[in-house]
Amino acid sequence: MEQSAADVIRVAGVTKVYQMGRNAVHALRGIDLTVKAGEMIAIMGHSGSGKSTLMNVLGCLDTPTSGTYELDGVRVTGLSKNELADLRNQKLGFVFQGFNLLARTSALENVELPLLYDRSGRRRDTRELARKSLERVGLGARLDHHPSELSGGQQQRVAIARALVTEPKVVLADEPTGNLDTRTSLEIMALFQELNDQGITILIVTHEPDIACYARRIVEVRDGRILRDEPMRQRRIAAEDLKTFAAEPEPA
Amino acid sequence: MRKSTLIKVATQSILKNKMRTFLTMLGIVIGVAAVIVMVAVGYGAQTSIQQQIGALGTNMIMIMPGASNVGGVNQGAATFNRLTPADYEKLKRESLLLSAVSPVVFTNAQAISANGNWRTRINGVSTDYQIIRNWRTQSGTFFTEADLRSARKVAVLGQTVAAALFPDGDAVGQQVQLRDVPFTVIGVLERKGQNAGGNDADDIIIVPYTTASSRLSGWHRLGQIIASTSSPQDVLAAQEEIRGILREAHKLGEADDDDFTIRNQDEIAAAASNATQVMTLLLAAIASISLLVGGIGIMNIMLVSVTERTREIGIRMAIGARGSDVLTQFLVESVAISVMGGLIGVVLGFAGAALVGRFTGWSTATPPEAVLVAVGFSAAVGVFFGFYPARQAASLNPIQALRYE
Repeated sequence: MEQSAADVIRVAGVTKVYQMGRNAVHALRGIDLTVKAGEMIAIMGHSGSGKSTLMNVLGCLDTPTSGTYELDGVRVTGLSKNELADLRNQKLGFVFQGFNLLARTSALENVELPLLYDRSGRRRDTRELARKSLERVGLGARLDHHPSELSGGQQQRVAIARALVTEPKVVLADEPTGNLDTRTSLEIMALFQELNDQGITILIVTHEPDIACYARRIVEVRDGRILRDEPMRQRRIAAEDLKTFAAEPEPA
Repeated sequence: MRKSTLIKVATQSILKNKMRTFLTMLGIVIGVAAVIVMVAVGYGAQTSIQQQIGALGTNMIMIMPGASNVGGVNQGAATFNRLTPADYEKLKRESLLLSAVSPVVFTNAQAISANGNWRTRINGVSTDYQIIRNWRTQSGTFFTEADLRSARKVAVLGQTVAAALFPDGDAVGQQVQLRDVPFTVIGVLERKGQNAGGNDADDIIIVPYTTASSRLSGWHRLGQIIASTSSPQDVLAAQEEIRGILREAHKLGEADDDDFTIRNQDEIAAAASNATQVMTLLLAAIASISLLVGGIGIMNIMLVSVTERTREIGIRMAIGARGSDVLTQFLVESVAISVMGGLIGVVLGFAGAALVGRFTGWSTATPPEAVLVAVGFSAAVGVFFGFYPARQAASLNPIQALRYE
């Protein structure tokens, strides 16, 4: 395989075995995956397919049992807990299904949080960066709102702003629309597509084909292996779907 | 994470659960307050005993009859008496360091006045007694050298005696019968309060020692000689001087032991303060048990808090918090709670000590270092009891923490 500097993720022969009592659970049975900068990939699979485990490995929250994983040229295998934490902080942005914002903490402070854990000390104006990031996701007017004062879609936008604030190499989104209604899901996907058009690499884990169809490439996982890895043939544009959705009458 | 951010995060989470924080803090508050009140009470008792010993007179030296050691057998002081008025006169004549010397003849008698009667201690002394004991008359005068020389039947009363014998008013000029001998009251002394032994120092009648020997006790030995130097630095040298003079007076050879005992205020004060220090330590030790209980309360609440905030910890870890960041955050929280509790405890402790002081009449002065110790100790309690929960938090697996509902 060609060694390109544009490869942000290079996974080769990754397996993951959990020991559940006496049984060994083979969650991943040999995954090969390369992600280039600027891609938008949907990782699909049913529950129990291993997609969550893959997501955890890619997110440096978990380490593979065997195989190699390189994130932005850094070999992840064998790193200490602290090094993994720093890697997550520097190179990754997370968006979760349940938003995972800190309650009773303003949107601005939520977005600022990853910068406060940045040990490189390269960014001093953390407040300003957080504000810009929130403006980027269209929440410039809600900086001081607490999560409980925001709608689900707005909360997810705050989470996306938090993921973007460190200028990560990859944004990992785990079922980002799982808790949202159709219209808000479309809005979020439109935002992801907009960010991807700006050059941000995005990995979305989902079990919904309706969501996967907004990605440029689709990777399907089943039984711990990659079943299918191909470009999306009929990629949809969320912004356009949103227009037609808005034109339809509201269901009574 | 920066220090300011850490403190802000800790304050936020402390304020999130005000009632719980308050109750947790209460344990430390009570603990620290108890330690401070106890130390203050102990310290107050100590100072008040010191003051009472000081009130006996400044730079006082006491010479008691009897040897500390006779023929290898320790007899204790005052077991036999070779202290005579001649010893006193020799001391007064020859000593260079003593500024005042007075014999003391002890006796007891039923004092009878026109209006009442009262059994009390009678001390026969010389005019220097007033200087040595630092004791002025409130009304009337003390007796003079002339009274002493002629063994006049004059008496100076302590406040308690004066009140018992002359409830209606001024005792000066009145008559008092002691062992059927009529004495004229020429003065009443100022109030001294309790003495170091806890007895009423004002329950006393002072008469010339010459009169006491001849008219009351009928025994020409002295119960004690008391003396004082003009400055505290001279006390030890004066003791040596007294020893030399008395050994000469009693014609003691090189091999003979002293047949008298010399004590100074410092020794008495040291013994008394030793006793109260032990008491203070004991009180503080008991009080610090409640501080320990308060610390366990902190640990309990921090463990609950870690469980409750598992998801928050997961979020922080996912976005790049290291285990040490989480550990520090929880430690700062527990230390903040305990130090705040400690500070409130100090304030309450001072108030409590003042209250105890008002009821007991002791000067319950809290030493400033007790405050530092109390606050430092409560911070240490926060670190000690916060560490285990904080480590629990830091060792969480981020994946499981994020999944926690």
